[in-house]
Order: sequence, then C-alpha cells, then structure tokens
Amino acid sequence: MAEAHPVGFQWVMEAKRRGATVIHVDPRFTRTSAMADLYVPIRAGTDIAFLGGLINHVLSTGTYFEEYVRAYTNAPMIVRKDFRDTEDLDGLFSGFHEQSARYDVRSWQYAGADVEASAGRRDELAGPPSEAGGPGGHEAADAEQAGSGGAPFRGTPTRDDSMQNPRCVFQVLKRHFARYTPEMVHEICGIPPETFARVADALVRNSGRERTTTFAYAVGWTHHTVGVQYIRTASILQSLLGNVGRPGGGILALRGHASIQGSTDIPTLYDLLPGYIPMPNAQREQNLTDFVEANAGDKGFWGDMDAYVVSLLKAWFGDAATKENDFCFDHLPRLDGDHSTFHTVMAQIEGKAPGYFVIGENPAVGTANSRMQRLGLANLEWLVVRDLNMIETATFWKDGPEIETGELRTEDIGTEVFFLPAAAHTEKDGTFTNTQRLLQWRHKAIEPTGDRRSDLWFYYRLGRRIKDKLAASSDPRDRPVQDLTWDYPLHGSGDRAEPVAESVLREINGTGPDGRALSGYTELRADGSTTCGCWIYSGVYADEVNQSARRKPAAEQDLVAAEWGWAWPMNRRILYNRASADPEGRPWSERKAYMWWDAEAGRWAGRDVVDFPATTPPDYVPPEGARAAAAIGGAEPFVMQSDGRAWLFAPAGLADGPMPAHYEPDESPVGNALYPKQRANPARRRFDRPGNRSHPEPDTAAAGVFPFVFTTFRVTEQHTAGGMSRWSGYLNELQPAMFLEVSPELAAERGLHHGAWAHVVTARSAVEGRVLVTERATPLRAGGRTVHQIGIPWHWGPNGLSTGDAANELLGVTLDPNVHIMETKAATCDIVAGRRPRGPALVEYLAAYRRRAGLEETP
Amino acid sequence: MGHEGGVGAREWIESWPVYRQLTGDDPLGRGVAARSARTDAKQARTTQADRVTKSVCPFCAVGCGQQIFTRNGEVTHIEGDPDSPISRGRLCPKGSSTLSLVTSPQRADKVRYRRPHGTGWEDLDLETAVDMIADRVLATRAATWQDVDDKGRRLNRTMGIASLGGATLDNEENYLMKKLYTALGAIQIENQARI
Repeated sequence: MAEAHPVGFQWVMEAKRRGATVIHVDPRFTRTSAMADLYVPIRAGTDIAFLGGLINHVLSTGTYFEEYVRAYTNAPMIVRKDFRDTEDLDGLFSGFHEQSARYDVRSWQYAGADVEASAGRRDELAGPPSEAGGPGGHEAADAEQAGSGGAPFRGTPTRDDSMQNPRCVFQVLKRHFARYTPEMVHEICGIPPETFARVADALVRNSGRERTTTFAYAVGWTHHTVGVQYIRTASILQSLLGNVGRPGGGILALRGHASIQGSTDIPTLYDLLPGYIPMPNAQREQNLTDFVEANAGDKGFWGDMDAYVVSLLKAWFGDAATKENDFCFDHLPRLDGDHSTFHTVMAQIEGKAPGYFVIGENPAVGTANSRMQRLGLANLEWLVVRDLNMIETATFWKDGPEIETGELRTEDIGTEVFFLPAAAHTEKDGTFTNTQRLLQWRHKAIEPTGDRRSDLWFYYRLGRRIKDKLAASSDPRDRPVQDLTWDYPLHGSGDRAEPVAESVLREINGTGPDGRALSGYTELRADGSTTCGCWIYSGVYADEVNQSARRKPAAEQDLVAAEWGWAWPMNRRILYNRASADPEGRPWSERKAYMWWDAEAGRWAGRDVVDFPATTPPDYVPPEGARAAAAIGGAEPFVMQSDGRAWLFAPAGLADGPMPAHYEPDESPVGNALYPKQRANPARRRFDRPGNRSHPEPDTAAAGVFPFVFTTFRVTEQHTAGGMSRWSGYLNELQPAMFLEVSPELAAERGLHHGAWAHVVTARSAVEGRVLVTERATPLRAGGRTVHQIGIPWHWGPNGLSTGDAANELLGVTLDPNVHIMETKAATCDIVAGRRPRGPALVEYLAAYRRRAGLEETP
Repeated sequence: MGHEGGVGAREWIESWPVYRQLTGDDPLGRGVAARSARTDAKQARTTQADRVTKSVCPFCAVGCGQQIFTRNGEVTHIEGDPDSPISRGRLCPKGSSTLSLVTSPQRADKVRYRRPHGTGWEDLDLETAVDMIADRVLATRAATWQDVDDKGRRLNRTMGIASLGGATLDNEENYLMKKLYTALGAIQIENQARI
C-alpha cells in the first residue's frame, strides 16, 4: 500500500499514530513492511491457507463476535442434506463434473429455499454444467463479475439460531476449516506458528464491540486462479469478527487506475449493463419480464430491478422504448458464453474477431502472455489505439519482439492501424470514481492541442457518423442504432464540438416524469416514466446540481466528509452501515457509534446516510408477501443480499465452491498439503495450447526445469505497464530500469551478482533485467523444501524513456472461474545469470526449455 | 576609495552568501544567507498562473485532489489540493510528476495511420480517420452479424468487434462507449478491471 497507493497509506500511518497495530503480509518486504509493526513473509499463492488458519483460530477459540454472527450472518442457516464438503470428497465439493471441470451447485443451497445465482451474474449456475457446455455449444459463462448484488432468493430457509445443528452454516464452516491449523499454515505458507499467533492475537484483540480491524488488499489478491475465494476468505473472517458495516472495518480493495471502479460500475465489461445488471443471455430466450424474474430477488433493493432496467432502456432508446415493445429490451445483444478478453484474443488469433478498439490500455505489454496478445493484434483487419503516448500496442507491427525474433514480418501483417492521440485529464471535464466509490468531478483546465481529443469527443463523433450512415436503413438490425438517444448539448465549435460532460452525467443520474433530475434510485419506476443510465449513480445530479463537483474543504467537515464529491449509492460512505448498530438499533459501543435508530424521530440517524430503509424500525417484521425494500426485516443490515445477511457460506453465485479451500497456484513447486488429490483449483479455466503451456506438476521428473517461484509487483515511481509513466523524465530517473529481485541465498545458488544481468525463463518467454540482491526477498520453507521467490516489476516494455523487457511475457493465462481474471501473482520459473538470447536464438532457447520440461508445442 | 565607494564595497561584501553565513544568524546557510537578488526576483509558478482549476490525479484509484495552474492556456504547474479530505494536499512521486505527463514533448499529438502491410506511419486527417473507422465498424458488423444462434434463439450481435479499455477514462466516456457498442451489437467490451 505504501508502495502503490502512498497517499492512501497516510491514513494507515494516521491510525498507527493513534495506536493501531499495522500488520503487513506479503511475499516481499516493501515500503509498507518498513512501516508495519509486524511483517509476515508468505509464500506467494497461499493466502487462503493463512486466512483459513485465522478463521479456524477464531472459531475454535470462540473469539468471534457471537451476537453479530447470529443476527447478521447466515451462520444459523441450514444447508441442504446432499451437500458434501472438501473434507468428505478429498478436496472437491459436491457436484463436480470431472469432464467439464465445472460444478453443479444445486447441493450448495439452503434447505427449504432456492437461492439462485445472484443479480449481476448469470444464472447458468443453477443448472447442471452439462446443459450449458454441451457438445458443439458454447462455454458456459459461469458466475460473472461480482458487483453490489446478492443472490435472488425465494422461500424461507430453515434456521437454527442456537447454531448447533450439524448442518447449519456455522458448524459446516467449523468442520471445513478445522484442519487449517497453525502447523498447517507453517507447512503451506512458510509462516512460523509464533508469528501466526501474534497475528491472530492482534486480530482478535482489535475486533468486537469496542474495536474494529480493517483488511486492505492491493488487487494482486484477485490475480490468482482462486482470486475470488481469497476475497471470500477475508469476508468470512471479517464477518465472524463483526468488522463489516462498521467504522474502521471492512475489506478495502486498493484499485490501480483512476476510474477502474467507475468502469466497473458503468461497465466497459462484457457481462454487465450499468449498475451490475447482467447482460441478457440467448440461452434463456427471455423477454423483459422473464429477465427481471430470473435476476431480481423478492427481497432487498434488487427487488426493484424492473425499475432499474426499464429506466436504463428509456435512457438509451428514448421515445422508441414503450411498454408495448418491452421498452426495446430486444434491442440488446445477447451473450451465450464467456466472452471475456482472453477468449476474444484467442478469436483474434484465429482470425474471427477482425476489429479492435484499444482505449487507454496497453495489452501488448500490459497483459499476461503478451506474445499471445500481439499475435492477436497481428491478425486483425483494423485496430484503433487511443492513448497519450505511442505505446507498444500501436507499434507492435514494426518493432514488437516477434519482429526481432523473425517470427513475424512487418510486410506480412495485414492489420490496419489508426493511432489517435488522446486528451489528458487536464483537457476534459468529467468524473473519476475512486477506489472508495467516490465520484469526483474534474474541471477542464485547458483545451487539448493538435489532434488530441477526449474519448467523449471520439465516441460521440463515431456514434454520430454511424447514425448518419444508417439513417436510411430499413434493416431491423439497425433499429437499435437508429433509436439510440444521441443528442447531447455540445460545447466548443466546429470539429472540436463535444458533448457537455455534465449532460452525460445527468443522463446517468436519470430524470423523472417532469424531466427533472432524480434525487436517487428509489424514485425509479418500471412504467417508463423515469430514465436512468446507471441506477446506482442516481442522485449524483440531485436537485439539478452536479454533486460530484462538491469540494467543501476537509477542514470544514468531519472525518466522513460527506460534502466532498459524491459516493454511490446515495452518497453513502460505509456500505451496510446498519450493521454498526446492534439488532435493537443501538451502537455496539459508544466508541464505535456510527448509525443508530432514533425512536423519537422515527428514523435512522448518525454520521452517514444509512444503508437501510431510513424509517424502518429495528423491530420491523415484514408481513407475508412483502417484497423488495419492504421485505427487509428491521435487523437485517445486508440489504443487497436476498436474505439480508452476510454470507459465511455462499449458497449460490460462485463457480468453485461455497467456501474457500486452499489450492496451490496453477504453477507451484509443491503439492497441496491440505488436499493432496486436488493440487490446484479444479474449476480453474485453462487454455492448454501452444504458447500457453503450464509448467510440469511438482514431484514429476521435469518439475526441476522451473524450480523457483516468481511474483509480479509495482513500484511507487512507475505506473502499471508504463503507458503513463515511461514517458516522464522524473519518474524514469527515479526508477530507470527493469530489475529482478532475489535473495542472497538464491543469488549464491545461481551465481547472480547485484547489478549484473540475469534473465528469468518460463515456457512462454525469457525476460532480462538487472539483478537486485536484497534480504527483502525471503526464501521460505514450505512443503518440506526451501522455496525461492523472485520479485519482478511489470512496468517496462520496449517504448518510452526507459525501456526493458515486459514481465507479462513470462506469464501464461489460466483463469479464476468466477471472474475470468488470470493468475499473475504466483508462477514458476528458472533464473540464469547473463542476458537472454536475442533474435531467432531466443525462439530456439525457449523451445529447448520446453523440450526439457516435456511440453510439446503441437496443438 | 571615497565615502560612496566604501558603502559599495560593504554592499559587495555583504552580497556574498558566505560572509552573511559567517556574520549573520543563519550559520547553516539555508535561509536568508543563501538569498540573492536573483532569488528574490523569482516568482513561483503558482503566483504567476492566471487560473487554478480543481482536478483529480489520473494515476491510481486513491483519487488525490490536484490543482492545475495555467497561464495563457498552458498548464504550468500541478500540485496537491490541500482541501481534499482524501489526500490533504499530498501527492506521491507519480502524482507529483503529472505536469510532465501532460506537457511531455514526447506526448503524441498527431493522428498516425499504418495501412495494411505498410512499413511506416503515414499522416491522416482526424475527421477522415473517424470517418474511416465508422466505415470499418459498419463493414465488420455487416460481415459478422448474427441474428440467431443454431437453435434459432435471438443473438442480435456481432462477434467481429471488440474493445479494451476504460479504467483510465471518465465515467461519462465509459457510458457513451457501452451505450454505443451495445446498440451496435458489439458485446466483447472489456477493460483493465478484468486484467
């Protein structure tokens, strides 16, 4: 955090100054470790074992927050009789289909109720894998991007509030984690029992009524084949300790791009519509009613999904969207499988996806298995790149690594490339949504010069031209484009005219029957009388005021700073903050008071906007047949979950298990000590093809070819794959070169010298850098052997002021099955002193490695 | 030397930083002793600016406040916004380098075009480029359109056009992208959040 989010880290230091204990768990000692009270080195890829050990500690010592757990989590719910745990099935949960490597998740549900796959995700999960992935069919789209949604839920689950029933979630959880002992944590993670005890003790001491603990993770946690389950493990732990929905609690994702949160909320993502509404799927042939029925819950704020969807369709298709035509629901294209980016790249390589826009992203060096990315780029018909700098994705055809090795020739590459320079953040109005869901307006400071333009300009213009070209068409497929609302007030003149960004934000906010900006999503209606481009952002333009542009100085506000910017939803700063009060509505303690029930006023009061129906009293019991917000009981804080509770056990919504289990990374030097028969996540998505082979299993004859572990990371002075930092003089003086960080022990073993060259080799590529020998890279004992870990920053590439090999060349693509994110934070490799071979010699060098590892390159 | 000359010599001596350091109350030579007429004539870019615009750092997702100082339509200085409850005026090394991000002489400012199988960049007018891109989109869409799947179920889409990017852009930009792509039937829309 100190390394990649330094200014955010000032708050950790502020907490430390006030007495907080700071613990840093990381394979490498970083600037964060230097400031922590306790640094815990961990073997890369073993966090579930570590966090699972903490869960076991909390459960077995009875140090969980019992009242919170009983009232606010699903600990008392009874799980179906036919559910089987990893303890019963040698590392598998019930429902696994070997052939498709997918789970049928039906046995994971509550007894007495059907919990469907969650809103914001597809409901393929409810069906057996064979239905979705039949021969000749498309791959099922599994669970999708997690959003604010919980799972739709019908019926009444059976509950045991004493939490003694052997099939209740609490007991299931206890049995599941019973073998995650300090000794097991030592064996798997390389963390000694005395260090583990210090962590466990600090965690428990700082949780409960009087104190809270927070977990912060940089999104490297998501870069594993079990990435979603990493976050789940932390969620379970925090829920058991009562650290969710309370000040100083929570799990904070430290995201890495200025508006990566915004681009998830208003998703440039394939599986979602704005506000975590799923894209419709062809396999269910739904009309609007069926779609809402399948994805909305009966209870909680997802219960009003029909209003959100209809208002979105009204925003997009305007007067053309009527009740009679299902508000143009059939204008939306349909998914029928996993259309995430790596599938697109495979299709590009096969020549099936000829057109590509790359907007402020640099896959030629910024994405795992960069060579595969470039082979895709080289097989397009046309490519549009918009960026500030002349990045590698725009120049691969003339100076990419494959040109140097002779694998590709410039003259043979048929891709037509348009490079369009982009306006910088100083040259356009608009909002970023930061990592805490806060929208902040930026005012334009100057006009862009030359051909530089905003993306608002570009997409508006492109849309305008396309609409003009299709205006006379009578082809029904062009109707969605013809009906699309695309009339924004413009500013600037002539060819510089672009939409007024505030008018777009206002469309996102939504308008009511009177044409006025809405004040929030509770005003949305399903009858077509309201419009709203993204329901969770509704309220950002309340009272016709751009709330995201509010900048009341921090010194004039309390710590919540509610008048700085605008946080979705409803300017709420802590989600699920009803949980900061006890079931009766009283703060758990005076010290941690945040929201409480004001009986006199008949509403919730406190420091924030309550995340709850504001006038629903704590003793409210929903009447039979109540739905949506009215169906939320007065003591059910988790209003986006259709049972109102935090899930210790996920009865639906996940593709690889209702509880996390430790699996080794796709590539690992050791076997799985907990479940020897399931080394890696059995449901992970693999692409076993030339150029993307995984390394041999441990304990096989060829395992020694790639004996070391590597993990990729960031440094403060560079940014992501370098697109915004490798062109800056200052930053490249501070971090001028690619380096490989190794321990003195590994340096001695491999004859590596500080400051000299070395290169790291995988089945995919070889990458060179200067050797950095430090004690920050700790060899760990795990699986009965010493595991060396190499740290590799991923900021470099061939272009810019400082150049170097891209770390992403080394990585293969194997995905988490829930969200289709690749594993980059733990893989195996070899390291050799000296520079890597160049030109055609590199191709032969890598082929020789693959032969030694037994990895054939024929498809 | 006369009377006046004596005063001149004294001023001359006193203009030596080392003399003032030894004789004055700034023995470390870090304050008044180090000042010169040139120092005094210098003006901060912040005071010379004709406008200050409130903004947000474009690098990571912490969202630190920035103030953009401009003069005659050019950005002259960028620093932290002390009013921000997130950053309290601070910026990290990347945020502090933002001026060089936006004013870098290396930054691209011209459309570049590479024709299929071409060996070098060519110039292209911006409006022509957008028009050509619109034509490519429509041609690819027409060639790859899918009305229904093999079971006759509605698809309404093209699998021929993909898009990557959004995490560095504004919400308003992502919104127009998703809206336009969806109307066109392009579904392979992705960004860094997946990567």
